[in-house]
Amino acid sequence: MSISREEVLHVAHLARLEFSEEEVELFTTQLADILNYVAKLNELDTSQIEPTYHALQLSNVFRDDEVKPSYTVEEVLSNAPEKENGFFVVPKVIK
Amino acid sequence: MSIHWESLVKLRDLLRRGEVSSEELTRHFLNRITELDPKVKAYITITEEEALSQAREADQALKAGEEKPLLGVPLAIKDNICTKGIRTTCASKILENFVPIYDATVIERLRAAGAVILGKTNLDEFAMGSSTENSAFFPTHNPWDLSRVPGGSSGGSAAAVAAGLCAGSLGSDTGGSIRQPASFCGVVGLKPTYGRVSRYGLVAFASSLDQIGPLTRTVADTALLLKVIAGPDPKDSTCAPQEVQDYEKALEQDLKGLKVGVPKEYFGEGLAEEVKEAVEKALEVMKGLGLEVKEVSLPHSPYAIAAYYIIAPAEASSNLARYDGVKYGFRAEGKDLIDMYKKTRSQGFGPEVKRRIMIGTYALSAGYYDAYYKKASQVRTLIAQDFAKAFEQVDFVIGPVAPSPAFKIGERTDDPLKMYLSDIYTISVNLAGIVGLSLPCAFSEEGLPIGLQIMGPHFSEERVLALGHQFEKEVGLTDRHPEL
Repeated sequence: MSISREEVLHVAHLARLEFSEEEVELFTTQLADILNYVAKLNELDTSQIEPTYHALQLSNVFRDDEVKPSYTVEEVLSNAPEKENGFFVVPKVIK
Repeated sequence: MSIHWESLVKLRDLLRRGEVSSEELTRHFLNRITELDPKVKAYITITEEEALSQAREADQALKAGEEKPLLGVPLAIKDNICTKGIRTTCASKILENFVPIYDATVIERLRAAGAVILGKTNLDEFAMGSSTENSAFFPTHNPWDLSRVPGGSSGGSAAAVAAGLCAGSLGSDTGGSIRQPASFCGVVGLKPTYGRVSRYGLVAFASSLDQIGPLTRTVADTALLLKVIAGPDPKDSTCAPQEVQDYEKALEQDLKGLKVGVPKEYFGEGLAEEVKEAVEKALEVMKGLGLEVKEVSLPHSPYAIAAYYIIAPAEASSNLARYDGVKYGFRAEGKDLIDMYKKTRSQGFGPEVKRRIMIGTYALSAGYYDAYYKKASQVRTLIAQDFAKAFEQVDFVIGPVAPSPAFKIGERTDDPLKMYLSDIYTISVNLAGIVGLSLPCAFSEEGLPIGLQIMGPHFSEERVLALGHQFEKEVGLTDRHPEL
């Protein structure tokens, strides 16, 4: 199993990460090593096995729908890197 | 004996009897932190003022005869558990200045029980690592040998307990992050059943595996802390509805005739000889306690790490998408929105976090989902079935916690895969969602602690803790402490 430089760059874009040339090279090697290691899962025939996405089989966990105290706008915005008039501020999206 | 080595249970009793005040005790720990933490570096944040004011409140309540379970007891909290008004960094640059506006459910419960919070402890960034070297701030040192790692990711919590810098602490365990540092630092650490403790306010790493648990100097202390933090929570739908047991009361229950299973797969290649010998000796102690020891098989164990290193990064890549420089945390400047996201995340996350986000994003990307995430989740079923079958024959499964005692700082940082392999005996427990307790069973020739792991089925905390407690009394290692 190997992973190409282009794939690494594509995945980095999907993950909203960017890397220097050196890092791309290092990650290409390290990811290939890790993927090679996990390829051992293919030794097992799992065609008849249900996947487990959760260790406990809980379903329909309900609670009463009650109004409870919540947070003020000020509190919610208190950790925002940039805010204005009760909103989060992001770089302009529409040209 | 110096008061900082006393067990949490003993300290609670001394406080109740008025033989020491919470303020005296809190000051004593704070002084020790000032004196010794520059060597150990267990804490990221020390909350001296808040701690002293909580201590004074506790003293008032003690005087009034209140009997809350942890009244006046000073604890340390892993810095990925949200504390209202107290910086919670996850040892990441991206959350360096993050101050939560709410308490995690476990913190609410500790506060309601009267505990004093001394500060927030170091970890591998976002709990991703096995040595606490992935902290964006500084590595923590093992109190038994400062040139060695304390394990990880709850390395700060384990080191703080081992060094007598708190009475007990909380950590989190996704693939061994409580048990492995407990083993390396010679303390007790419990990963409860998945869902036994609310994850609300625990900064998410891999949501189907994460679980909060105690790190303490004795098993009885862990029982006491667990009882306070466990139980259903309307704020976490994955939290189990089962009633909480009185773990402390159950410690002396009769275990004679119960069966201990020893998985043959846990004693193969890669296990250090002295760890193997220590576990074998521990099994003799179990026999002496009246338990029957027999071999069991967990045939899919060799696949656990591979399954884990798909599932955990996949969930992490999704959970960590929230760090986008908008709602909280660090933001870097960018020429447009996407560029801002990329620069924020690339400058804010450290290398191991990026590596796992990359693995996870790859595994979940179009065309690969079935081959990786689904495949790993099917193997997870096989691993859970192995345990289920073993627990039809035995009451406990016992083995090592880590393949070796604590390794040297810097020894494994160049090879991520080698670092991952140090979790080989702990990861299956998270995949199956069962109980795993780590407690000291011996010391190596070099004087380093060696941990023993007791595993039990879902919701078997009472019995697992009882066995740990009775074993602990028999081997008598709780009075041994590092010299600092």
